[in-house]
Amino acid sequence: MATTETTPGRHPNWYGHATGDKFGKVADAPVGFGHMKRKEDARFIRGLGDYMDDVRLPGMLHSAIVRSPYAHARINSIDTSAALAHPKVAAVIIAKDLETLGLAWMPTISYDTQAVLAGDKARFHLQEVAFVIATDAYAAQDALQLVDVDYEVLPAIVNCRKTLDPDAPLIRDDKVGQTDNLASPLWEAGDKANCDRVFAEADVVAKRTILDPRCHPCPMETCGMVADMNPATGQLNIYNGNQAPHAHRTVYAQVAGLPEQNIRILCNDIGGGFGNKVPVYPGYVCAIAGSIVAGAPVKWIEDRSENLASTGFARDYLMYSEMCSKNGRITGLRVDAIADHGAFDSTAQATKFPAGFFHIVTGSYDLDGAHCQVKAVYTNKAPGGVAYRCSFRITEAVYLVERMVDALAMEMNVDPIELRMRSFIRADQFPYETATGWVYDSGDYHKAMKLAMEIADYEGLRREQQEKLAKGEMMGIGVSFFTEGVGAGPRRHMDILGLAMNDGAELRVHPSGKAVVSLSAQTQGQGHETTFAQIVAEELGISPNEIMVRHGDTDKTPYGLGTYGSRSTPVSGGAVAVVSRKVRDKARQFAALMLETRAEDLAWEKGRWFVKGDPERGATIESIAEYAYSTSNLPEGLEGGLDANAVYDPPNLTYPFGAYISVVDVDPGTGKVHMRRFIAVDDCGVRINPMIVEGQIHGGLVEGIGQALMEIISFDEQGNCMNASFMDYLLPTALECPTEGFELGETVTPCPHHPIGAKGVGESPCVGSPPCIANAVIDALYQAKGIRHMDIPCFPARVWAAMNGNEQPPQ
Amino acid sequence: MLVSISINGQVYSHDVEPRVLLVHFIREYAELHGTHWGCDTSNCGICIVLMDDPNSDQPPYPVKSCTMLAAMAEGYEITTVEGMAKPDGTLDPIQQGFHEMHALQCGFCTPGMMSTGRWLIERHPNPTQMTDHEIRDGISGNLCRCTGYDNIIKAIRWAAAYIEEHPESARTAR
Repeated sequence: MATTETTPGRHPNWYGHATGDKFGKVADAPVGFGHMKRKEDARFIRGLGDYMDDVRLPGMLHSAIVRSPYAHARINSIDTSAALAHPKVAAVIIAKDLETLGLAWMPTISYDTQAVLAGDKARFHLQEVAFVIATDAYAAQDALQLVDVDYEVLPAIVNCRKTLDPDAPLIRDDKVGQTDNLASPLWEAGDKANCDRVFAEADVVAKRTILDPRCHPCPMETCGMVADMNPATGQLNIYNGNQAPHAHRTVYAQVAGLPEQNIRILCNDIGGGFGNKVPVYPGYVCAIAGSIVAGAPVKWIEDRSENLASTGFARDYLMYSEMCSKNGRITGLRVDAIADHGAFDSTAQATKFPAGFFHIVTGSYDLDGAHCQVKAVYTNKAPGGVAYRCSFRITEAVYLVERMVDALAMEMNVDPIELRMRSFIRADQFPYETATGWVYDSGDYHKAMKLAMEIADYEGLRREQQEKLAKGEMMGIGVSFFTEGVGAGPRRHMDILGLAMNDGAELRVHPSGKAVVSLSAQTQGQGHETTFAQIVAEELGISPNEIMVRHGDTDKTPYGLGTYGSRSTPVSGGAVAVVSRKVRDKARQFAALMLETRAEDLAWEKGRWFVKGDPERGATIESIAEYAYSTSNLPEGLEGGLDANAVYDPPNLTYPFGAYISVVDVDPGTGKVHMRRFIAVDDCGVRINPMIVEGQIHGGLVEGIGQALMEIISFDEQGNCMNASFMDYLLPTALECPTEGFELGETVTPCPHHPIGAKGVGESPCVGSPPCIANAVIDALYQAKGIRHMDIPCFPARVWAAMNGNEQPPQ
Repeated sequence: MLVSISINGQVYSHDVEPRVLLVHFIREYAELHGTHWGCDTSNCGICIVLMDDPNSDQPPYPVKSCTMLAAMAEGYEITTVEGMAKPDGTLDPIQQGFHEMHALQCGFCTPGMMSTGRWLIERHPNPTQMTDHEIRDGISGNLCRCTGYDNIIKAIRWAAAYIEEHPESARTAR
């Protein structure tokens, strides 16, 4: 049998899309906003996506990481000789080697430092200890066993409640002056004295200790990199699926001391991000160091266990909370939270906000007073604290406030929707400044809540619940209402390591009237290649099928901070609208020449400038583009060509909101929760592509179901990570989703300060749904058994324990 | 050892270590990158390909290619996502359905999910009559972190209906 010859490099152009006649109804695409099937689908459904592990370069080496089997241990010695003797091993890198390159420790974006490879001590289970480079991936794995590390096991602490005790082992003895496990000083927001006064005057106070447990964004594609340092030119090409390529480039320039102009980040297709692909990880730095040492491209791809156990966890907030009411409406909220950062503070936040946007914790309510404080601690757990499908700790805040409203309603003995309706910020109060200093731009909360009640037939559900209760069945109805603040953010307030949180866009309209728009945002499945083409189409009247969206190559796209915190549409979308309008204005100058009139005498309709009062006389954008590049005579001050650049600095965050209702049935015999219905009314302002918006909502809701019912990263007393594979870390399958499918509704309150009135939606459903489902489960337990609280995730054993009054908070 | 596997109608023969997994054979030796991997523990279904037993009258069935040695696939016909469309480029109804119904976002689980979807249709005596639960149960070995599954169910229904209306679009009749 003959050996088949195979062709390498089958992806000649990963920006390209194939929308030929084999591909369906391309002609249906709207010239602007509206339902449009995705352009990027063409390559994905043919298996021609180009993901991280698909990158292959000539001479490329493979790698694997030796990890600490202990959560806390002194490293006495590392013997790499046996590994180096393996015939396929090219190099083994340990902390000492990195020290000579100045790469042993790297700064985090929260002004801490993180060990790239553990040198003195391992500080969490499965921490990176040595980096093995070999000629093939199997050999690299084999050689892990040949690295001999002498560990001296130290007592570990993984409980954030006890890590500040005087007898707790000191974790960060590498930091000069560090004497305890406090990661950063107490951070607070709101007027404490005023809040105390509001509580003193209250009728009813509800208290709960609420844990939003450690979970993981867990994209289906794990993290990885191919680093390719060219020793001849000093050019470093980094192939790495990450959510913020430009920010990464700057960070590598700072960390590795390499000239920034020599670094090029290439993000091909990304198999999901959800916040997990925002940070710079030790494996990345090792791959870069490996390429420098080995003089060849080095690929590092983590396996699933490494992804779950060592990269970018989320949440892990323990919140002591009180909410009060007076005269039947909510008046005050106070929260004392402990943020468990693990062994290094590498939380992904806007730098001036050490607790992220947690102080949006007053939610959707018109409160008289609020105060929150957050204390951050170190434990022997993996670092992270990423914004998993949320805008910097807003998920934690919304989980807290929406659980507390239900708790207060329980104490007041009123319906949870009734209490929300009485306490919402009213539509006529916007713009509304909250007790902790946020200025919400717009909203109509009552309208969204009413629509959700209508879709759900809320009163009917409550009747059904009572009928079932009489028969011994446990049905729960959950409610939540969220307000998110997304699209960070205004440069006067928000930065990451001093980099303003703005985004750029560049638009070139070619002589044929076709266009290329380049973005600093980075898609991970959100459909940017379609949505952003639609924004240009709406503004210029060019078909979205004739607009290529370019992203993911720092040499070819303008600077900006990337995609997380629902930033793409609010910030990059703003940049694309602004740059399109600049091009439109320039087109007007050309049109005036073409039509022999003054620019101010022209009016715009989609796709053409025409003479006011004489609409027959006009010039289409295609004819204007041709003219702009032609040999026509141009007056002084008008340059040829039809292109423009923009950097968008959002004046404020945008504030999407939504009303969610869920229905669950709890098996009284097993504690198993069955999701029956989920009603989601989202208001994300103007919807560019409703199909994509709804797809985002579906996906976010399922991630919320996972957090509420299934997903947790927990640790045993020795600090071993107990959920480091899909055998133990359970993602929702189609069977855990609502059996009746998602029931969506929408209201549209355009954002008053955004160029196209859009607010961003990717994260809303993941923010709003966890408390909605927790409230449903607790409602079922309360109605049937009088149980007033349990922590998520509500998996059967924990629900069973709670049902019997034995619930323990997860560790 | 020399391993020869027929993938998408073409035979790939390579001298590989006996421990090489089917997913790595497909990706590294046959250089077909459309098949991805996601977990190493047979949970996620990202690596699913269709396997056809020439001695059976059953339709090609989904296997998790991270859980099989390449050597075990000798004698079977493997179909990956690259082999789904007709040679002239016409998409398989399941591929078209995923596009029509927005059943993919990041696209990473899509090849495995479409493979399972096609098997569900081909093995069912009356695919347009599949219940929601049958489809949910059928794809419960495939994880998707993006779509929330609703649109995947709609895409499988779209393909089933399309095949009923256009019987010639179905794959090889057995």
